[in-house]
Amino acid sequence: MNKVYLDYQSSTPVLPEVLEAMLPWFRDYYGNASALHELGIRSKKALTRAREQFATAIHAAEPEEIIFTSCGTEANNLGVKGSAYALQSKGKHIILSTAEHPSVENSVAFLEKQGFTATRVPVDRQGRIDPAAIEAAITPETILIATHYANHDIGTIQPIELIGEIAERHKIQFFVDAAFSAGWLPIDVTRLRTGLISLSPHRFYGPKGVGVLYKNRKARLLSIISGGIQEGNRRSGTENVPAIVGAGLAMEIAETEREKRVAHVSALQKRLWEGLSAHIPYICLNGPLPGDGRHPCNLNISTEFIEGEGQLLLCNAAGIAVASGSSCSSKNLKASPVLSAIGQALTLMQGNLIFSLGKDNTEEEIDYVISSFTKIVERLRGMSPVWDAFQKGQVQSVIAPAK
Amino acid sequence: MAEEYSLYNPTVMDHFLNPRNMGDLEDADGIGEVGAAACGDIMKISLKIGNDGRISDARFKTFGCGSAIASSSMATELVKGKTIEEAMQLSNKNVVDALGGLPPVKIHCSVLAEEAIKAALDDYLKRHPEMAARVAAAKAQKQPNE
Repeated sequence: MNKVYLDYQSSTPVLPEVLEAMLPWFRDYYGNASALHELGIRSKKALTRAREQFATAIHAAEPEEIIFTSCGTEANNLGVKGSAYALQSKGKHIILSTAEHPSVENSVAFLEKQGFTATRVPVDRQGRIDPAAIEAAITPETILIATHYANHDIGTIQPIELIGEIAERHKIQFFVDAAFSAGWLPIDVTRLRTGLISLSPHRFYGPKGVGVLYKNRKARLLSIISGGIQEGNRRSGTENVPAIVGAGLAMEIAETEREKRVAHVSALQKRLWEGLSAHIPYICLNGPLPGDGRHPCNLNISTEFIEGEGQLLLCNAAGIAVASGSSCSSKNLKASPVLSAIGQALTLMQGNLIFSLGKDNTEEEIDYVISSFTKIVERLRGMSPVWDAFQKGQVQSVIAPAK
Repeated sequence: MAEEYSLYNPTVMDHFLNPRNMGDLEDADGIGEVGAAACGDIMKISLKIGNDGRISDARFKTFGCGSAIASSSMATELVKGKTIEEAMQLSNKNVVDALGGLPPVKIHCSVLAEEAIKAALDDYLKRHPEMAARVAAAKAQKQPNE
């Protein structure tokens, strides 16, 4: 086995046909989409085509409801901050969950420093948001409910439709971070009743450097970047035409192939979890079991008595690309906030590893990962003083405590 | 290629992938354990120390990231053959330098290695008051000259 990439949630390769479609827009058709000459109008038409591709994929009423940004993080910043600024005359209270992506959580934290207030609704042990808790947090001051569709860390799929109903009933603007869901989970903005939803094309075989924010006509939004009147005055700055063209095509293909891709990765996700849990004692899954409640690509596990960065490095040495939420793997030395939000034990937060699957992974690859990872765990446990202490009965397992 | 695309430099990677002195010592003369699993690192150092006050063997066991494992591996290498007095002088900087550098956020791993060595030496000196007295006397004699 040569290389196994299991970090598709952090990024995917660009499809060959998507890259082909992008190339002329670098090379031949380089006009600024705001320009009034032939090359400019060509670019503008290309943007319109991509807008239509996204609108069709998510059942938006009109292509003009699609706003292009530079990435998913910018789309989330625009969705959260842009809503807050547009609605601040009505109130200053925002509701979100404790398990949001940093681009949502930190946008709200930024707004709090400017006088906005926020209620962070807790998630349960599986990472699920209780819609009733969202409703209970609503005050007359509430202007925005901001939450995610599928969790970026542990894959939990949220009851978005139910939260959307609540938002609609209370006439509160509803922003959904679907950066980890688009391309994999069905998005129908009419059913989700969301005013705003963000998408990230490089997670479904589109290019990096482009993000998407859907904005329902009724949703209020203020631009957070000052400049020209691009994107209907919602996002200033010259549009990245090649990336947007690629993103539109990637979205179209993702929708066409979605069921096939999902069936494929779901089977591998189940195979991987069943293989790992059969071969390795004292490991646990973070988030719901593979099935309807979990993003089909994501498998987030904690292995007891060993630390995550060491696991990641040994996986890398075995040619396996994965991610970890342990504090040692993060630049700020803080363990995953989502694992903290679900109340995971501190030691299990350290033993964390995230596998994320893509459409091109194979059963052979998964079997190689299962056998390699089993050896990696044995090796690291052989070095671990905590494993020693457990063997001698000096410490208990958190996953399987003795009676 | 391994150098260009790995998280740590080749020396650190070598000590992580091929750790020196990993394990425990039967009848260790001094054992030091520092850190907490909740914070991400635990290091345990075991030392064998002869009647001449020289470290004849050192072993480590570590729960932690790549640089924690590499730091403990290197620290055991650095103290083997040293006298207690010399090993007491081991600083985290010695460990970092011997490893050819660590990323800034990982310097604490080398600090933990220094602390684990010192904890193991302290454990030994507690068990051997006669040696503790000798070390203290030598230190007192040396200090006025400094």
